[in-house]
Amino acid sequence: MAQLARLALSEDEIEPMARELSAVLDHVAKIAELELDDVAPTSHVVEVTGALRPDLPRPSLPRELALAQAPAVSEDGFLVPSPQAQ
Amino acid sequence: MSDILELSAAQAAAAIAAGSLSASELFELYRSRAVADHEAGEDGLNCFTWVADGQPDAASAAAPLGGVPLAVKDLFCTKGVPSQSGSRILEGYLPPYTASAVARLDAAGTSLLAKTNQDEFAMGSSTENSAFGVVRNPWDRGRVPGGSSGGSAAAVAAGLAPWALGTDTGGSIRQPAALCGIVGLKPTYGAISRYGMIAFASSLDQAGPLTRDVRDAALMLRHMVGRDECDATSLEFPEEVALPTAERLDGVRLGVPEELSGEGIESGVLDAFHAALARAQQLGAEVSQVRLAHAPQALSAYYVLAPAEASSNLARFDGVRFGMRTVDPDHPSDLLEMYTRTRHDGFGAEVKRRIMLGTYALSSGYYDAYYGRAQRVRTKIAGDFAAAFAQVDLIVTPTAPTVAFALGEKTDDPLAMYLNDVCTVPMSLAGIPAISIPCGLSAGLPVGLQIAGPAFSENRLLAAAHALERAIAFDGSAARV
Repeated sequence: MAQLARLALSEDEIEPMARELSAVLDHVAKIAELELDDVAPTSHVVEVTGALRPDLPRPSLPRELALAQAPAVSEDGFLVPSPQAQ
Repeated sequence: MSDILELSAAQAAAAIAAGSLSASELFELYRSRAVADHEAGEDGLNCFTWVADGQPDAASAAAPLGGVPLAVKDLFCTKGVPSQSGSRILEGYLPPYTASAVARLDAAGTSLLAKTNQDEFAMGSSTENSAFGVVRNPWDRGRVPGGSSGGSAAAVAAGLAPWALGTDTGGSIRQPAALCGIVGLKPTYGAISRYGMIAFASSLDQAGPLTRDVRDAALMLRHMVGRDECDATSLEFPEEVALPTAERLDGVRLGVPEELSGEGIESGVLDAFHAALARAQQLGAEVSQVRLAHAPQALSAYYVLAPAEASSNLARFDGVRFGMRTVDPDHPSDLLEMYTRTRHDGFGAEVKRRIMLGTYALSSGYYDAYYGRAQRVRTKIAGDFAAAFAQVDLIVTPTAPTVAFALGEKTDDPLAMYLNDVCTVPMSLAGIPAISIPCGLSAGLPVGLQIAGPAFSENRLLAAAHALERAIAFDGSAARV
């Protein structure tokens, strides 16, 4: 699960994490007690219609501003370790 | 000098407009107080992560908020000013733009005084999860201020800021307001743009005021609401936000949900709550019981939905575009190692817990049992409120099940910490507005009364809160530093 979440966990973090998550999941199991088969899911509470703005060209964030807070940059982009490297 | 500290934000704005108070004198008074707390670190209340280092540009004389200083929760992006959401992973982050809610208040004349400390990514109910240290409750420094907007609440209660902006996902404005003896309003979902708020759970997050009184909450709300094309879920507010003047509650039907007003609530909190109900009846309100049958499952649904959304939202913190980066010194060119190490070093324990929980709840094979079911519970809860509001105008509950608890008391037991949100989470899931006002003391610590109404009923909510506030006449001066 940690790998899926892209989280490294040290050895001493694993046991408390497992214990605490189990306790929370036991509590959360309350929702399994309800009869919900005919109930529609709610992902959003408000009715939003026509949320799209007019599609007009306009300037975006300047490149140097977008790059200013990055931990590493090359000349004109974010610099990251190569996904191909092992 | 001290007379100025007694002014509410609305009174200060009026005094500036009338020429009897100078905006720069007001700003410098609060700035010097905020600087002293900031410099004291954890020996003070530790309310702030950043304090302005000088006078801001003078507000235009026509601006309705006339230069009144504003403290803003760390998670709001403020251009060129550190915005870190209480996290090591964003330490020193300087956003290239300002959140819409802050920009609107700025346009109305407020001056940015400080950024306030908070639980990391707003995950917490005690402000003990900040990378920048715990915040203390000004009523008792051995206790928590509540959270996650604990820095904002403590700053307002202590008189270190005239008012503050916070955010509420499952109670993060209302619960700290209750524990610090001030007013906190979570508006209807969509009333205020979320643009520029560093996201926790997008279907629940909502900005709102933390203030000394109900009128200030209305005033701040008035200048933040409205549709913003940068947030597709924001909505036009259907009417002008009125400054409340009501002193009576004649004919107002208040519903008390039995599920949120008995079991699990501390007796001292219940005593103050019942005293407030008696006050309401004296003011002419009709008080009756209502059912929110699915309220007992609300917390469970919330602790699936919010971590699920958080695990997705926090995927952006990967050491690429902003914030910190850690690489494996032996394999500096390993991309996956860079991701996992950066997130290991940058996130605190509670954030990791929720990312893991959310990743699990969304994972293949468990999605239907957790996320899918929780969304259906959410429908049931919204239905419960709709049925209740067919019988009553507003719903009242205690805001939190206890008064402020001791620092460290619940940090080793996440579930005990989550139970703080039991009375506030149902309203968040239904997207309806709710306000907490101080309604008395229990063992010398403030108790909050929560009033909730249907979507966009803020004017009625604020009017009722104002009438009750006048009758209760809570004295918060003991918390001023």
